[in-house]
Amino acid sequence: MRKKKSIDAGAQIAARNRRNFLKVSGLALAGSGLLLASCDNDDDGMKQMGGVFDLGTGDTGVLNYAFALEQLEAAFYTNVLDGSYWASANAEEKAVLEDLYNHEVNHRDWFKAAIDAIVTDSSKRLPSNLEFDFSGVDFSSRDSVLATAKALEDTGVGAYNGAGIYIQTPAYLTLAGKIVSVEARHAAAIRSLINPDGDFKAFAGNDIVTVDTGLDVAYTPSEVFERAGAFIVTPFTYNNPGA
Amino acid sequence: MFSQLGSISKKAAMLAVPFGLATVGNKAYAQESGDVPAIFNLALTLEYLEAEFYMKALESPVLGSSGKAREIYEQISQHEDAHVEFLKAALGDAAVDKPTFDFTAGGNFDPFMQNSTTTMDSAYAQLLALAQAFEDTGVRAYKGQAANLIGQGGLLTAALQIHSVEARHASEIRRLRGLEGWITGNQRGAGMPAATQPVYDGEQNVEQGGINVTTLGSGSPFSMDSSTQAYDEPMDGETASTIAGLFIVS
Repeated sequence: MRKKKSIDAGAQIAARNRRNFLKVSGLALAGSGLLLASCDNDDDGMKQMGGVFDLGTGDTGVLNYAFALEQLEAAFYTNVLDGSYWASANAEEKAVLEDLYNHEVNHRDWFKAAIDAIVTDSSKRLPSNLEFDFSGVDFSSRDSVLATAKALEDTGVGAYNGAGIYIQTPAYLTLAGKIVSVEARHAAAIRSLINPDGDFKAFAGNDIVTVDTGLDVAYTPSEVFERAGAFIVTPFTYNNPGA
Repeated sequence: MFSQLGSISKKAAMLAVPFGLATVGNKAYAQESGDVPAIFNLALTLEYLEAEFYMKALESPVLGSSGKAREIYEQISQHEDAHVEFLKAALGDAAVDKPTFDFTAGGNFDPFMQNSTTTMDSAYAQLLALAQAFEDTGVRAYKGQAANLIGQGGLLTAALQIHSVEARHASEIRRLRGLEGWITGNQRGAGMPAATQPVYDGEQNVEQGGINVTTLGSGSPFSMDSSTQAYDEPMDGETASTIAGLFIVS
């Protein structure tokens, strides 16, 4: 076990260096996990060391991308509902966070089913067991939980809005639309929970909705991974969303 | 993005009459895939309606001079005004003119307390109910057009970016009214007039991409409530126009 830890440390440094390289080179990388440079380059994606799963392109890429983000949110809210802040939160906050958990779990499982049905090559389906790291979140703290929820929901909105252009099938654009508006409802609710007696405009504040145009955020995958990547351990890339 | 507007302006000559009670049944407002002027003019009409509604709400005595409701309406008003300007700029010559609105819907409502027989409480309740109806309609109407904007690049992205803002609005107005920010089944919610039910019809759907989401697992994430809350449903252009038409005089 001790030996494995020292390998982990070295690989983490290598992973960070590689991530920085990939950022500089314009490629989108998520996941701070082990990126071992010296293993066989097999085609089994995540199951082999050295092969990093790419989300793909077009419809497949967007479905996998959304699945990754819904896995992240579902895992986060699972932790929230297991935490001591939620256990003793006021009725409104308990109800909202439980609803968010319910919705994200539903979304996550829907994407898995949809991907299984739509992505016929199973090696191109994002695995359903992504690993996350929430050690930076204090689930006993209202401030920590709500701030993280806000970041994840706003990032989710930005991710869906930014990914619309990569969808090739009109029906999938409609489906993505059905979900992004719910994420936006979530984001507004969390923002207003954080500011109950203070900033009544925070639900759709000038920090997230551009003043001149009234437009919400729309992020590139790289921007999404900058915001959410710290939580994602399992590495994957999204190098060519629009190809 | 605005470099794409040249193609929108060329279609201006083909635009038909604006929305209104008189045009219900007129196919002029039918939106087809790729018909950006028709799609954006539907959006613009809804934004004109919302912008004028919020402006009039803020000018009325109903929201008082300060407080939570006033601040929420101010922020929404800022956005709707910006949406009008954005869509008008995108459409250029193809932009429809602002219709004449009647937010009493022919005497059925008095959200601005213009009638001496309307109490402040009653006007306030109607003001909030109409806002909820407009925002939830806006979300569904934009969503109904998203697929028609496939391939339209920055114009699609912009439409999505307005759509999610309307959803933020809808969430907060609903929560201001004491409801949840999301829609359960086809419930219009407590205090919503029966006339607003068309805004919510169809929201009970649980078939997403041919998959009944209630069957994906067990427990509360897959209840009817959760399963209908987790997805908002599109609304076709005709339905959206009909709803807007209730408040349009000409």
